[in-house]
Amino acid sequence: MEKRAHFSGWTLPLLLILPQMAITVIFFYWPASQAIWQSFLREDAFGLASEFVGFENYIDLFKQPEYYRAMITTAIFSTLVAFFSLSVALLLATQADKSLRGGHAFKTLLIWPYAVAPAIAGVLWIFMFHPTLGTLARPIRAVGIDWNPMLNGNHAMILLVLSATWKHISYNFLFFLAGLQAIPKSVIEAGAIDGAGPLRRFWTIIFPLLSPTTFFLLVVTVVYVFFETFGIIDAVTGGGPAGQTTTLVYKVYADGRLGGDLGGSAAQSVILMVIVIALTAIQFRYVERKVQY
Amino acid sequence: MVENRPFRDFMAYLTLVVGVIVVAFPVYLAIMASTFDAATIINGNMPLIPGDQAAENYSRTLFYGGKAAREPVMGMMINSMIMAMGIALGKILISILSAYAVVYFKFPFRKTAFWVIFITLMLPVEVRIYPTYKIVADLGLLDTYTGLVLPLIASATGTLLFRQFFMTIPDELLEASKIDGAGAFRFFKDTLLPLSMTTIAALFVIQFIYGWNQYLWPLLITTKSSMQTIVIGIKKMITTTDALTEWQIAMTTAVLAMVPPVLVVIFMQRLFVKGLVETEK
Repeated sequence: MEKRAHFSGWTLPLLLILPQMAITVIFFYWPASQAIWQSFLREDAFGLASEFVGFENYIDLFKQPEYYRAMITTAIFSTLVAFFSLSVALLLATQADKSLRGGHAFKTLLIWPYAVAPAIAGVLWIFMFHPTLGTLARPIRAVGIDWNPMLNGNHAMILLVLSATWKHISYNFLFFLAGLQAIPKSVIEAGAIDGAGPLRRFWTIIFPLLSPTTFFLLVVTVVYVFFETFGIIDAVTGGGPAGQTTTLVYKVYADGRLGGDLGGSAAQSVILMVIVIALTAIQFRYVERKVQY
Repeated sequence: MVENRPFRDFMAYLTLVVGVIVVAFPVYLAIMASTFDAATIINGNMPLIPGDQAAENYSRTLFYGGKAAREPVMGMMINSMIMAMGIALGKILISILSAYAVVYFKFPFRKTAFWVIFITLMLPVEVRIYPTYKIVADLGLLDTYTGLVLPLIASATGTLLFRQFFMTIPDELLEASKIDGAGAFRFFKDTLLPLSMTTIAALFVIQFIYGWNQYLWPLLITTKSSMQTIVIGIKKMITTTDALTEWQIAMTTAVLAMVPPVLVVIFMQRLFVKGLVETEK
C-alpha cells in the first residue's frame, strides 16, 4: 500500500529514520551477527584467545545429553502451558461472552494478571506451594504426598506450569473474547433454529469459526513459553533441581553466564533464532490467510 | 443469547466467579502475607484474614535496608519507573519518527529501511543476550539507565503500529495541508500528532508494562545494588538461603511490584486492550 501524496526531499526522512536505524544496528544487527560469528569460535579457558572451529560448537551441542533434555523439557513445558492456558481461557471467554449482567466487570477481573511480571508470578506461586510454609502445600502434604518442588523435578515442573499458565490465561482470554464477539449472532441463531443445542452449536459452529484465533494464540503461547517464562524459571527453580527444569532459553543463559562457554551458548542462540523465525513465519502466513477469510 | 435459561446463566456466573477466585488467590495471599510478621509466616499457619503488621512491613520494605544488605525498595521502584518510562517514551519517539519517514516520504532505500526495521520483530532480546551485553559493556553503559533502556527499544512493534495507523489517514489531509502551505514539520505537529494521540497512549500502556516487567536484561547489566529494579530485587530476597528469607518483606515487595502495572491495566483498560490487539497484528 502506498500513499498518493508525499513530501519530497531526502535529508529530512533520513534524519527522521536515523535514531531507530542507529539503535537497531548497534543493539540488534551487530549483536545478532556477533552471536552467529561466536558460534563458530572457541575461546580458551581464560577467554584470552579464540580460534575458528567451524561447526564444532554445534556438533558438541548435539552430543550433549543435557541439550536433548532441555529440548524435551521445553516441549513438555510448552505443550502443558499451551493446553491449559488455551482451554481455561476459552472456557472463561465463552461464559463471559454470554450477555450476562455485570459481564464487563468479569473482564476487568480476569485480565489484570497480564500486568504481573513473570518473575513476580513465580514468586507468588512458590510462596503458595512452598514445602514448609505454603498455604496450599500443607493440604497436599497432609494427604501424604511428599510435596517438594525444590527437590522433586516433577513437582518443580508442575509449579512452573501452574505459574506460567496463571499468567497467560488473561492474554488468551482477551483474544478469545474478541474472537467470540466477532462471530455474527445470526449464524448461531440459525443453528439454534435448526435444532442444534448449545454444545453442538459450540463444536460445529463457534469452535471452527474461532480456529484462526486459536491458532494465532497457540503460536503466541509457544513463543511466550520459550522466552518470557525465563523470569518464572529463574525465580521458581533456577533451572533445577539438577537441571530438570532447564529449558532451551534458560540453558543459553546458564551456559554463557555460569559455565562461561560463550561459543556453545552462541550456537544455542543461533538455533533458537532459527526456531523463532520459523514460528514467526508460520504466524505471518496464517495472518495473511485470516485477512482473506 | 438464543435461549433464555436461568440455569445456564447461573453456571456461567459460577464458572466466572471460580475463575476470578483462582486468578486472584495468589495475589490475595501475597497481600495477606504483607500484613504479618516473619514468625507467623514461617510457622506455615498463616491466617487468611489480614494481620496487624502492614504499616511496619511496608515502611520497612520501602525505606530501610535489611538482612543480606538489602536496598530500600523505594530506590528499586524509582529505577523500575525510570526504566519503564524510558522504554515507553523512547520507543514511541523513535518509532513515530521513523514511521512518519517511511509513510510520508519517498527516499532511496525506503523499502530496505522498512525491512531492516521489520525483521527485528522476530528476535526477542533473550536470544542475543551475551553479544548485546558485550556491546553495552564496551560502550561503558553497564549500570546506567541508558544501558537499561536503549537495547530494549530496538524493535519494530512501534514502527509497525504507527505505520499501520498512518496508512488509514486519508491522503486528502496531506494534500489539503500542502495546499495551505504546511511543510513536513507543520503537518506532523498540527495534523498527524493530534490524530495519533490514542495510538500513542495505547502503545505507551503496553510498553510501560513491558518495561516495568523486564527481567533478564536488568539482571545481566546491573551489578550495583543501587541500580537494581524491583523485579530483580525481589528474586534476590528469596534466594538467600531459605532460613534467612524474610518472607513478609519479599511478599510486601511483590505487592509493591504489581501495583503500578496492574493499576495501568485496570484504569486504562480500553487503551490496554487496543494496544495489545493492535501490536499483535
